[in-house]
Amino acid sequence: MDLTYSLGLVIPELVLTLSGLVLLLVAAWGGNEASKPVSIAACVALGGAFFLTAPAVCAGASGPDTVAFFGQLRIDAWAGLAKLMIYAAAGAALVVAPAYFDRLKAMRPEFAILVLFAALGMSIMVSAADLLALYIGLELNSLAAYVLAAYLRDDDKSAEAGLKYFVLGALASGILLFGMSLLYGFTGTTSFSGINVAIADGLSGGQLFGLIFVLAGMAFKISAVPFHMWTPDVYEGAPTPVTAFFASAPKVAAIALLARLSLEAFGTQATAWQQIVGFAAIASIVVGALGAIGQQNIKRLLAFSSINNVGFILIGLATATLAGASAMMIYLAFYVAMTVGSFVALLMLKDADGNQLETFGDIKGLSTTQPALAWCLLLIMFSLAGIPPLMGFYGKLVIFRAAVEADLIALAAIGIAASVIGAFYYLKFIKVMFFDEPVDAVKGKSDWAHWALLVIATLVISPIAFLGTEWLGGLAEAAAAALATAG
Amino acid sequence: MNFITVIVFAPLLAAIVAGLGNRAIGNVPAKAITTGALFLSCLLSWPIFIGFLMGSETASVVPVLDWVRSGAMEFDWALRVDTLTAVMLVVITTVSALVHLYSWGYMAEDPDQPRFFAYLSLFTFAMLMLVTADNLVQMFFGWEGVGLASYLLIGFWFKKPSANAAAIKAFVVNRVGDLGFMLGIFGTFLVFQTTSIPEILAAAPAMQGASHITFLGMRLDTMTILCLLLFVGAMGKSAQLGLHTWLPDAMEGPTPVSALIHAATMVTAGVFMVCRLSPMFEAAPAALAFVTFIGAATCLFAATVGTTQWDIKRVIAYSTCSQLGYMFFAAGVGAYGAAMFHLFTHAFFKALLFLGAGSVIHAMHHEQDMRYYGGLRKEIPLTFWAMMAGTLAITGVGVYHLGLGFAGFFSKDAIIEVAFASGTEMGMFAFWVGVFAALLTSFYSWRLMFLTFWGKPRWIESEHIQHSVHKTPEQAGEDTTGGYHPHESPLNMLVPLGVLSIGAIAAGYVFKTAFLDSAEFWAGSIAYNEHLMHAMHEVPYWVKYSALVVMLLGLLTAWYGYIRNTSFPKQVAEQLGPIYSFVSRKWMFDELYHYVFVKPAFWLGRIFWQKGDVGIIDRFGPDGAAWVVDKGAVLAKKVQSGYLYSYALVMLLGLVAAISWVIFA
Repeated sequence: MDLTYSLGLVIPELVLTLSGLVLLLVAAWGGNEASKPVSIAACVALGGAFFLTAPAVCAGASGPDTVAFFGQLRIDAWAGLAKLMIYAAAGAALVVAPAYFDRLKAMRPEFAILVLFAALGMSIMVSAADLLALYIGLELNSLAAYVLAAYLRDDDKSAEAGLKYFVLGALASGILLFGMSLLYGFTGTTSFSGINVAIADGLSGGQLFGLIFVLAGMAFKISAVPFHMWTPDVYEGAPTPVTAFFASAPKVAAIALLARLSLEAFGTQATAWQQIVGFAAIASIVVGALGAIGQQNIKRLLAFSSINNVGFILIGLATATLAGASAMMIYLAFYVAMTVGSFVALLMLKDADGNQLETFGDIKGLSTTQPALAWCLLLIMFSLAGIPPLMGFYGKLVIFRAAVEADLIALAAIGIAASVIGAFYYLKFIKVMFFDEPVDAVKGKSDWAHWALLVIATLVISPIAFLGTEWLGGLAEAAAAALATAG
Repeated sequence: MNFITVIVFAPLLAAIVAGLGNRAIGNVPAKAITTGALFLSCLLSWPIFIGFLMGSETASVVPVLDWVRSGAMEFDWALRVDTLTAVMLVVITTVSALVHLYSWGYMAEDPDQPRFFAYLSLFTFAMLMLVTADNLVQMFFGWEGVGLASYLLIGFWFKKPSANAAAIKAFVVNRVGDLGFMLGIFGTFLVFQTTSIPEILAAAPAMQGASHITFLGMRLDTMTILCLLLFVGAMGKSAQLGLHTWLPDAMEGPTPVSALIHAATMVTAGVFMVCRLSPMFEAAPAALAFVTFIGAATCLFAATVGTTQWDIKRVIAYSTCSQLGYMFFAAGVGAYGAAMFHLFTHAFFKALLFLGAGSVIHAMHHEQDMRYYGGLRKEIPLTFWAMMAGTLAITGVGVYHLGLGFAGFFSKDAIIEVAFASGTEMGMFAFWVGVFAALLTSFYSWRLMFLTFWGKPRWIESEHIQHSVHKTPEQAGEDTTGGYHPHESPLNMLVPLGVLSIGAIAAGYVFKTAFLDSAEFWAGSIAYNEHLMHAMHEVPYWVKYSALVVMLLGLLTAWYGYIRNTSFPKQVAEQLGPIYSFVSRKWMFDELYHYVFVKPAFWLGRIFWQKGDVGIIDRFGPDGAAWVVDKGAVLAKKVQSGYLYSYALVMLLGLVAAISWVIFA
């Protein structure tokens, strides 16, 4: 494989890199006035990357032809599908950010550039076929994310969020690096496929330690229990557009990476990690649900909700099958839509002066004062609770079906039972909006872009989307089939 | 489009429109649609009946829809029209149409009129489905449908606790009967491998004594068992002794409901069913003897209780119960034509009595206690004359040698005579009971008339009247009317009374030959025993005149006790002491059932509820789970301390736990 071929495969990433660098220069000269053009340009760059990635996903790219940079990266359908979600979620964050930051007079061009670099890091994460590429992608994304969390640096909560995220992220990175060095030491290779071959005959103690440490480092990124503790604090403290971004794109990247790592690098020793993943899945579902019940702050509630959802996705991973991986992708697609939708709706809760509202007390009786918004939220919450015929139910269905097919019936049963607990706070949302005395706190108007995003998200999780499930299922299946085909 | 389809489905359509439209379409359209549909059904029904009378109509079956096709079990929705159905059609649609019209006036001030009329029409539809059934399952559908409508209408004034209690009682007691009916249907299907009524009836005679069922070690005749089970259903619906307790309480419903459902139609469904399945019962003589016994016993029991009641509607309710007893023992001795004839005439005069009572209640400001009536003859003369026609009919006024009489004379006397003519022991028992009950019937009917329409007004004693005139008895002084002026009912209530009066006077004379003496008229729709009916005409004169004599005796006693010497009834009651109180407390059935069934059921229910449901299922199920979740949520919140070091600690502990797991597992 020569360099030109590799560069040809990573054109979307090159677009992101170059536009990020150019926009950085523009920002350096243009100052704050440039923030709007920079945002638009960043959106265009993400859109370009999206459409450059799409053909490979539709074609179901797989096999040795997808290997770039001497085995460092895999530009296959799996990576492609994840990238589409990442670019879309990052784009959504860019669209909703200006309205939020303008009011705080904090709109600066760095925001768009940081999101671009984070997206680039995530692209590398999902394509990584080697521990080194994995780490580079992860850190590129994480460093951008730490800064984004502390973006409102004059705001105590935002600064606290950034610091907490950074310190705990550093600890997680340390764990990850330690595990990677153990793996390299005991297998003699950093490539996923090489590790898989090396551990095929059984795990030595060092390899086992390495494997667990690497998985633990990854669990931090997806905020699976017990590495989830940072999530509520960071989600609450970070500016809402940033939280929307955190809850969607990096989750997709980390989960896609984790799935590839688990199946490509540790696939031959699946029995060693399946149980732990299964346990983390159930723990995430239960802790996410229990944590959410006591919350009055909607952002914090959504943080726990994301922990809860990650639990369901991990059930797909615990199957250690390609069917499970495909189910994870389907679930992720609807998860991204629901997350973006709920955060956009949250951003639309403003009082007459444009201040953000984010507690349950503010949305009492929303159905009478803002019926359109309330009905969109109703659909999204029902979907998150997994009520048919909304697509949140379909996502859970495919995950549980994969688990049952992999003979993990107990896991599926516990998951279904635990999802009942989660239904409580989603339904509480609806109860507060539809059955409480209206307080009429939400008065602020939202621009068309918010409405467009909300409507798109609602349509994606509405029963209409059943028309597209076959198509999406085909894409996800092709993407999962691309795993472990590098040879 | 077949007429019978219109007859049956017009009320359903009207019920749907009025029920779902309710307030959206308003009172008058709802009333007009339902009443119009019923008059349409009525107008179409009479030609069918007259056609059968003339012999120009023959039995037919109009298929409506496929229903069940499952192995040997096959049945459809179909409307069967034969003589028996035609009789029921005119009874149901005529009384129902008149009751609809009457309700315009009676329910004029009710806030929920569309709902009331929708229920009435729904009831009519269900009743029509019942009588047109070609198979037992469709009959059961109608059977349950009328039960539902009856429940809804008894509890129509659902804000009254007593109405709800009565509705529930009616439903529950009917469930007991329905269980018997269902078992009967199941058993019939098991034995005959079909639910089609014509096929069952054709096969029934061959089954007499042909097979046995072993139950609890007893060898029982199959046909007897089946007929007894089916008859239990009839007992529930027709309020026969043992399962009768719901009927008097059902008087909580509006009076038009009492007239339509609890006098003329639904309660006669049991009689209809026995007649419809008469070839089956003919194959089970033991079951027929039981039917005779229960009928006679009910006839006597209800008549005795009727003599002691003060509530005008309850008197008529017990009277209904007693008359149903006549019909059953007529069927029991094999005179199904006589049973149907009494059903037919009874529908007119009993509906008339109920609607007349409703008119009295309407005039007396909702007072139902006869002790507070008196002297109403001059105040509401039209109602008085209508009630008089009904009373003459129910007491069976008529002279054999003149060949003239009111409706009840022809039908009731025929029953008494045929019981005598049957010559069986059970028949003789029924005859004597029938004669004695006729005495009581005459007594309580005239007692009702005398208390209500004769004597001095006693109105001021009534709380309803006091409330109306804003006076206490002391303030009223000598004037026992309290200055209250009863008003005659409006025309829409009087017209039905008039039409029914014609029926009460003439229905017996006009139709007696067809119902009693014409095998051609019945055309095989019931088991017509020509020999028995012939023997009926040959009974001695003392039998023929016995009913008239006891009628006069009853009239005289009532006249003496309630007009001539008004302290006499009290003296008799005191003389009789415990016997009187036993009868006036309805033979203590309610008390007995309360201790034998209701209390143990409540006791058992309370155990299941408090120990089983609350104590075990809720405690360890939903409540327990909610408790765990609640505590878990508090714990989850507590763990989320906000301190970096505790977060890092949890991460490291998780790592250690994971490592330990894979190493030691």
